[in-house]
Amino acid sequence: MPAHDVLIIGAGLAGQRAALAAAREGASVAIMSKVHPVRSHSVAAAGGINAAISVDDDWHSHAYDTVKGSDFLGDQDAIEVMCSEAPGEVMHLEHIGVTFHRNDRGEMDLRAFGGASIKRTAYVADITGQALLHVLYEQLMKHHETVDRYEEWFTTSLLRDEQGRCCGVIARDVRSGRMEAFTAKNVILACGGAGQAYKPTTNGLIVTGDGIAMAYRAGAPLMDMEMVQYHPTCLVETGILITEGARGEGAHLLNSQGERFMEKMAPNKMELASRDVVSRAEQIEINEGRGVGPGGKGIYLDVTVVPRKRTLEALREIVNLGKDFAGVDITREPITIRPGQHYIMGGVKTDIDGQTPIEGLYAAGEVACVSVHGGNRLGANSLLDTLIFGRRSGEHAAARAASMAMPVIDTHAQLRRDSDAIDAIINRPRDGRRVSEIKNELGEMMNKYAAVFRDEQGLQSARETIARLKEESEHAWIDDRGTVFNQDVLGAIELSYMIDCAETTVVGAIERKESRGAQFRTDYPERNDEQWLKHIDITLDGDGPQVSYSPVTITQWQPEERKY
Amino acid sequence: MAETQRPPEQFSFRVRRYDPESGEAPYWDEHTVELEPHRSVLEAILQARDRFDGSIGIRCSCRQAICGSCGVRVNGEPALACHTHLDAALKGASDGVIEIEPMGNMPVIKDLIVDMDAVHWKKVQRVTPWLIAKQPVPEREYIVPHENMVDVTQTMGCIQCGACVSDCLAMEVDPGFIGPAALAKAYRFVGDPRDDQQFERLNDLAQDPQGIFDCTHCFKCVDACPKDVNPMGQIMRLRRIATNDHHIVDQNNGERHEAAFTTLIKDYGLLHEAEILPRSYGGNSWFGKFAPAAGKELLSSLPVVIKGVIRGKFNPKIALFGHKIPKDDLKAVQAIYDKVESREKRYELNLYIAGEDEVEVQPAAAAALTAPSIANGGAEPEAATPPSSEGSEQ
Repeated sequence: MPAHDVLIIGAGLAGQRAALAAAREGASVAIMSKVHPVRSHSVAAAGGINAAISVDDDWHSHAYDTVKGSDFLGDQDAIEVMCSEAPGEVMHLEHIGVTFHRNDRGEMDLRAFGGASIKRTAYVADITGQALLHVLYEQLMKHHETVDRYEEWFTTSLLRDEQGRCCGVIARDVRSGRMEAFTAKNVILACGGAGQAYKPTTNGLIVTGDGIAMAYRAGAPLMDMEMVQYHPTCLVETGILITEGARGEGAHLLNSQGERFMEKMAPNKMELASRDVVSRAEQIEINEGRGVGPGGKGIYLDVTVVPRKRTLEALREIVNLGKDFAGVDITREPITIRPGQHYIMGGVKTDIDGQTPIEGLYAAGEVACVSVHGGNRLGANSLLDTLIFGRRSGEHAAARAASMAMPVIDTHAQLRRDSDAIDAIINRPRDGRRVSEIKNELGEMMNKYAAVFRDEQGLQSARETIARLKEESEHAWIDDRGTVFNQDVLGAIELSYMIDCAETTVVGAIERKESRGAQFRTDYPERNDEQWLKHIDITLDGDGPQVSYSPVTITQWQPEERKY
Repeated sequence: MAETQRPPEQFSFRVRRYDPESGEAPYWDEHTVELEPHRSVLEAILQARDRFDGSIGIRCSCRQAICGSCGVRVNGEPALACHTHLDAALKGASDGVIEIEPMGNMPVIKDLIVDMDAVHWKKVQRVTPWLIAKQPVPEREYIVPHENMVDVTQTMGCIQCGACVSDCLAMEVDPGFIGPAALAKAYRFVGDPRDDQQFERLNDLAQDPQGIFDCTHCFKCVDACPKDVNPMGQIMRLRRIATNDHHIVDQNNGERHEAAFTTLIKDYGLLHEAEILPRSYGGNSWFGKFAPAAGKELLSSLPVVIKGVIRGKFNPKIALFGHKIPKDDLKAVQAIYDKVESREKRYELNLYIAGEDEVEVQPAAAAALTAPSIANGGAEPEAATPPSSEGSEQ
């Protein structure tokens, strides 16, 4: 049975960064992912990474922008850690090989991004996430002797010992179908968000809330789950993301009258207000009949105002996306976009070292909620979040491992339970619904009721639907009866993960009777600091979610009215 | 707008299925789906998987050509399934049914899923795929020209999908060839001014019999790449930097072959076939043929030469004495050499940026709003051939 000091689940930016940091501290490390690490969804992050590296900038300014972006729900101690450590982290990335684009002095160039008071976003064209992810993977290849890689292994559950400490996982080798128990002194969850619970979403098909659901089932509290970010610029049909970098480079948003409608909502920052604000403004235009395209369901994003040469060099990926996925040459004509599910601010509750309330269990990246994003994440802060808290988790876990013995635990029962559960799915009679049908219904329903605008009635109906889908999913059948690369059976497990995520999102959204950040309740349209300047924590109790509250940490910035 | 909605149509496709557990041979599995024509082959496969058969195996995630998971062959050509439109795929189908197979040059695990670790990733590991940073490491960032960073971004843009590996002809003949993707990765470090080991990397790749001189210039990888990484172009650049800048003389005769090629074209205006082989092995002059290495190679090539003469593949007289072209033409060829060689710096075309640099047109957004279909602004200019010549058919 494999045993490691630090076992990391998920090999995107947070996971790889955690692995490298833990290995550097001398820990024995394994990193496990259900896909090859470079397929992780961090690869799709386009625009860049925020850090106050300019001489005119100061991390306090970055921190304030982040606090304001979070609609004052972010924990300011955590935000201070993230923003103050950002410059050092970005320099480290540059030193290990990230090909950050330069200015004419040969220094790292910075671009403007939403909600930022100064140009603060370092970038590699519009493939920043890909460049970062591939460079970290280069480092994993370099350190292959100190970091074991389990690529294409699917985690089914977390192991806990009698004292409740997390001490490993059960996983299935996707390629062979073999189930195995892995023991570890510490487990770091770094397996991303749950975007596939929505349809459409910018997130890849692999982003199914695995880590959030596994932690929740193991008893860890989830926090801020109601906060779901809709990105303002997604392709109408497929939900494919057009980077905020486009607006950072100067692109405009226009309604059917050709008006830059952001004037009304954010006269100062215009298109570069924070994402929740821009998405809401767009949705209002669409709802009030000033949308464009088929059915008036979209908004024009006009990139033609950016010099063509600049677009081709700095926004090359979206030039291709426009061409390939919408048939539009964005350097010549506006492209139709709309808000689309993109990111979940919530996740497994952690402290600033990535520790969850369960001993031995850490979380970092989108799976976690530190909370640095609060009610709304700023663009280019997610890459930063993954790297800072990935590293901190890795370092902390390595230090903790140094002072403890390898847990001894009988894993047979749980291994058998997970193994039997998979066999049971494979052998289900074909009298229920298909997994894919349930997944589609879940996604479309979430996109209707737990989206940019929400209200009690819609959310309650969402909750009922989820209860029904949960019941149906327990009988949903699949076609594949094999063991080698049985993606079908993994899809059934992923569906159950997504349902848990959707349920906690809706429960949180019902609970929060105010409008803050990404949560806009049409029945409670105002922010209410008196009653709701607090986090909503959700824990699995018996069969259902239990709600509790925790305070928001405020250090130096008192809540104030949020204007862009 | 170009994105007017077109109604869904029926598309039929057949997938090459293989179940390693069944003991059965691979077989074709045909499905018909209903989707808009601009949707992707991946969406077609996913619809079939959702509605008819969940056991179709394909790796996929992002649906937008960035994660590199869904490399397959569509109608025999390597592609990303998510990056291939159904209408385009249908045009390439011989009998109205889109054909989808696993990629080549890599063992199939199941259906469309191939073993990339066994081939692709092993080769990537071969090229020391990490930055060996110049010392001392600065406190802040390395100060490097913007152009260099944009240049290596082309190879950084490789998503490791394996499409180029799938159809690499050299690898088909010599599975040990490091191959297009891994060599493009190598350029990402060779071209990075922060890397300290440019010479060592190039020397390693030049001396390796399965390294940069093993490529046969077939352009397959250039066509296959969904991200314009231009792997063959990167291999040629590795060669140019190895030979022209570092004067690395390799045991594979790559450097001599290139020198012989360019000299012969300069002197004769056309390739002098009988000279190229002895010079590649014996040294780049008329006397090269008297070197022992050249003699040995000539001797071993004799059967091929005789066969060629008998079959009329070439004229012995021209082969021995070279092609004669009109004086003016020869002068024109030599003028090209003069122009290129008189440049202070070698031109390196990076297709990632070059070829797109046309005259600025500023279509007002308002105009675009009222006039939905704006013409493409003319064809993109053809990418010019790199000025420095190179050649090696080994």
